[in-house]
Amino acid sequence: MNSGLKSLRGSAAIAGVATFGCGEAHGFTEMELLVRSARAAVADAGLKMSDIDGLCTASVGSTMWTMPVVEYLGIRPSFIDGTMVGGSSFIAHLLPAMHALQSGQCKAVLVCYGSTQRTASFGRREIAQARRWMDPQPYETPYEPFNPPSAYALAASRHMHQYGTTRRDLAEVAVAARAWARLNPEAFSRDPLSIDDVLNARMVSDPLSVRDCCLVTDGGGAYVLVRADRAKDLPKKPVYVLGNGTAVWNRQISSMHDLTVTAATQSGRDAYAMAGLGPKDMDMAQLYDAFTINTLLFLEDLGFCKKGEAGAFVQGGGIAPGGHLPVNTNGGGLSCVHPGMYGIFTLIEAVRQLRGEAGDRQVAGAQTALAHGNGGTLSSQSTAIFGTFETL
Amino acid sequence: MTELHKDTGVFAQHQAALAEGQFFIQKCGDCAQHIYFPREICPHCGSDALSWVAPSGQGTVYAVTTVRRKAADGGDYNVSLIDLDEGPRLMSRVEQLQPDAIHIGLRVRARVVVTEGQGRVVFDAIDGGAV
Repeated sequence: MNSGLKSLRGSAAIAGVATFGCGEAHGFTEMELLVRSARAAVADAGLKMSDIDGLCTASVGSTMWTMPVVEYLGIRPSFIDGTMVGGSSFIAHLLPAMHALQSGQCKAVLVCYGSTQRTASFGRREIAQARRWMDPQPYETPYEPFNPPSAYALAASRHMHQYGTTRRDLAEVAVAARAWARLNPEAFSRDPLSIDDVLNARMVSDPLSVRDCCLVTDGGGAYVLVRADRAKDLPKKPVYVLGNGTAVWNRQISSMHDLTVTAATQSGRDAYAMAGLGPKDMDMAQLYDAFTINTLLFLEDLGFCKKGEAGAFVQGGGIAPGGHLPVNTNGGGLSCVHPGMYGIFTLIEAVRQLRGEAGDRQVAGAQTALAHGNGGTLSSQSTAIFGTFETL
Repeated sequence: MTELHKDTGVFAQHQAALAEGQFFIQKCGDCAQHIYFPREICPHCGSDALSWVAPSGQGTVYAVTTVRRKAADGGDYNVSLIDLDEGPRLMSRVEQLQPDAIHIGLRVRARVVVTEGQGRVVFDAIDGGAV
């Protein structure tokens, strides 16, 4: 990592966060979910929309999404970032925004997202067809992988083969996520879930059952990033960005060099180096769990355990409430919310936890949090490390 | 070994060969690594001195999944990642075996299937999948 990045450690803080329409949002467009989230996040920051002069967003469907969002909000930003690396985008937006704040290019950056993936009439089947032309993968599509699940299933098959990881280990991840979700009134799936429920669920792409796969929901999320010196004068307790790193090594799962090692090894290394902290310093981890195998891979690649040992790490409720590391305390993409791209919700949960606003699921005394986004089919990875004032 | 034509891109050349039942991968004239999927430049060293080579066709299943599909739609099917003996990895299917008989480490051999003018590389177990 460029040592100059260390000077950005703690230079910016999340001043506002909000979600809207998580679950089912009948009668809303994606833009409306985004805008209601954005307005609430700006209000949470104690700012007005006219104070926003930086805008970051991304959309699965629209390749020029920053423009209609700027138009709808009625702002004229001097910093615009439409970086689209899938579900990790909204974590990856952090570092460029920090540069822009530090240089004075802008003073308040709004990062926002909305999706009606669950209720939209132009559904997943149509989008999958359109993507064959808009985003061709001619060396995989002819074999009809049921993606994204099949790509993650291939990774899971390899992890099981190399390290003896079992379907029961994967099920532990889903059960832990559900146990957290049961403490979160905003979570979409709050019914009890057992290991056997996961093991006996309908198979989608072996070794993954439908309970190893994330939800398909609607939802919007937004946050506001300002310079640290400004954040301390705003109403909410600032949550400081201590580190951020983003890495992409491939697009197609078939181009991964090792299906058990993701680019999170690089994004995590860079984020930790910028923060001057390591995995042992993290009070919690919010990991993009599109599938149960993700959580295992990221626990290893982000250094919470050694490669191949995540199965043992999660056994016996290791990442559930009362376990040795709080992971996905909102219930994650598996049980809380997953509207197409989940990354921004890892950050929002980290902020709520570090503010002490997490209610029944609050991690007592938490001062640090890691939020990790994943995009594509284990294709992009972005890691962020957050801390309270005490960690500066 | 066949030099790349410079008058079309490698995608069209590769598709044309597949449509004639031929499976080619690439080899870099500078770093000697084999390459798949086909590219205009070597992803290992950046060279454009790439040639087409016929692989041995033999490989090993590196990762495996069974995609579940209703019987009415054709039933379950295999999707695998195959490591060619030359090194490159590709997505494909292992055919002529039940999906649950296909496992990591299985030795396989490539075959090109041509349907409606489009070629596609699939694999069969060597020795019928005996372990």
